[in-house]
Amino acid sequence: MIELSQVSRSFTVGDQQVAALRGIDLNIAAGDYVSIMGPSGSGKSTLLNLIGLLDRPSSGTYRLDGGDVTALTDEQQAKVRSEKVGFVFQAFHLVPRLTAAMNIELPLVLAGISPAERKIRVAQLLENYGLTDRADHRPDQLSGGQRQRVAIARATSMHPAVLLADEPTGNLDQATGKEVMNLLEQLVAQQVTLIVVTHDPAIGGRAKRQVRMVDGQITGEAGRSAGA
Amino acid sequence: MRLVDVVQFASGSLRGSRTRTLLMILAMSIGVAAVVVLTGLGEGARRYVINQFSSLGTNLLIVFPGRTETTGFGPGMLLGQIPRELTLDDAQALLRSRAIGRIAPLTVGASQISRDALNREVAVLGSTADLLEVRHMSMGQGQFLPAGDVYSSESVCVLGAKLKRELFGQQNAIGAWVRLGDRRFRVIGVLAMQGESMGFNTDEIVIVPVASAHMLFNTSGLFRILVEAKSRDAIERAKLDAENILSERHGERDVTVITQDAVLATFDRILRALTLAVAGIAAISLAVAGILIMNVMLIAVSQRVREIGLLKALGAPAAQIRNLFFAEAILLSGIGSVAGLVLGEIGTRVIAQIYPALPVAAPWWAVLAAFGTALGTGILFSVWPARRAARLDPVMALARS
Ligand SMILES: Nc1ncnc2c1ncn2[C@@H]1O[C@H](COP(=O)(O)OP(=O)(O)OP(=O)(O)O)[C@@H](O)[C@H]1O
Ligand SMILES: [Mg+2]
Repeated sequence: MIELSQVSRSFTVGDQQVAALRGIDLNIAAGDYVSIMGPSGSGKSTLLNLIGLLDRPSSGTYRLDGGDVTALTDEQQAKVRSEKVGFVFQAFHLVPRLTAAMNIELPLVLAGISPAERKIRVAQLLENYGLTDRADHRPDQLSGGQRQRVAIARATSMHPAVLLADEPTGNLDQATGKEVMNLLEQLVAQQVTLIVVTHDPAIGGRAKRQVRMVDGQITGEAGRSAGA
Repeated sequence: MRLVDVVQFASGSLRGSRTRTLLMILAMSIGVAAVVVLTGLGEGARRYVINQFSSLGTNLLIVFPGRTETTGFGPGMLLGQIPRELTLDDAQALLRSRAIGRIAPLTVGASQISRDALNREVAVLGSTADLLEVRHMSMGQGQFLPAGDVYSSESVCVLGAKLKRELFGQQNAIGAWVRLGDRRFRVIGVLAMQGESMGFNTDEIVIVPVASAHMLFNTSGLFRILVEAKSRDAIERAKLDAENILSERHGERDVTVITQDAVLATFDRILRALTLAVAGIAAISLAVAGILIMNVMLIAVSQRVREIGLLKALGAPAAQIRNLFFAEAILLSGIGSVAGLVLGEIGTRVIAQIYPALPVAAPWWAVLAAFGTALGTGILFSVWPARRAARLDPVMALARS
């Protein structure tokens, strides 16, 4: 489903080129559960952003569902993000003035889905993630775990094929982090492709495929692929 | 994204920063209200002057003794050397013109009026029966001056409404006698209450036949001759005729004829220009409000960088983010404009309460222009902030702490 070949990404800092990714080859099948681990600055987030179409490679090709997506316009990429990709961030990134329910609803609103349909989906998601009695609370009235649950509910509201999580447990204590991982892993059971970036070996070790990155390159992989 | 949702989202973020939003709306509404009130005042002044002139009569020309170089209108023309006087014969001669319908000679003076023990100083107007029509006056009771021989000095008079009240109270005045100077006059009519127009209050005067006034004041001259042209198109012709007839009679051009139209047009032009100027000045405050909106939107963009990054990550294309910020600006200036119109309307009413004589009302074009300018500046000045938001790099935006 995700095919990266010889993907590089470099940034210009001042008059210097900083290579964040160098010649990445990575294939991920639909329904795979992949963790990406590596030292700080090794390019994990950059890779995840590329996969999520928030960023473009400097060179190389990226095929998603068989089609080359690097050639798409910004507009088209936004559409792909809306329909196929869900993001979960370390910092939750909830809109502070919106309630939990409204945060979950946001992708549906942006996609222009009818209010009636939205209502049904949001109610379902609130229930799935045990947030029904927190529906009208704003983010600052929620605990960290609850916030990340809202974020996961939001990420899944459009039924994405790929869920990208960048250190989803980074701001949570261990017990809450485990809970959050359980929720994410439940999605894998529903054929969602899950890619988790983490520092924590205990978290990363749970994935079926464990990709190791150092200095912008993939240096090794453990585990086995579900599809390929 | 649905339009309702765009509006809802935008109003949500406006409500999120309440103080800022209220201040913006206030700035916008003050600008709009200023335009509405100031043009209302200007327009009110213009209409006031026009009403005053129109109430004098229609297709009116005024002949007065002495030659003035310009057609200006003011006290200046009454000064200068003493000109040859206009006589009743002059006035009658004007009727030879086919462009002239009616005339009313005017003599004015002041005298003591008394009835029994009551007496007061009063302005006496000597004229003829046609004055009623020419000058658009109306009767409250009885008759106006009798038509017929303008040279006959009948001892009859018509009282202004207020004067009648002072002398007679609620009693019937028709048929009663009053004394003017050393002559007795029989009251044959009372004018309807009319109020002041062009600084001349017909409620406090007494009108007598012009020949009687001449005897009373021992003169033969006329203060003015009011001339009514037969139609609007005949005004210029009537003016020429009047000038020619009187030049012929006097052997030189020693009278001035002004048309009400010319004076009116001058006032109209001046006051319209004034209104426009005032509206323009008020519109500057709208531009200031527009720049304020831009400033606030730029701040909003930089404060909401993370939110914008998130929206992009959730699949919002650049155009949608631009629209969201546009919607905010339109809402701000729209609400501000409506509030301004309401504020302006209130202001206008307050002024109307304080100065009931002034018909203050903002002309529709000013209201429309104020509303349009407010909305326009709001949108125009949000183009840049909205584009800036739409162009943000999502990765950087999300990384911002
Ligand atoms: N916008 C940018 N401009 C310049 N350099 C960048 C930019 N983004 C990333 N980099 C550089 O690219 C490299 C990889 O960054 P990246 O954020 O992907 O690392 P990471 O593996 O996610 O690290 P961490 O574990 O600390 O989150 C780093 O050297 C970083 O400094
Ligand atoms: Mg990172």
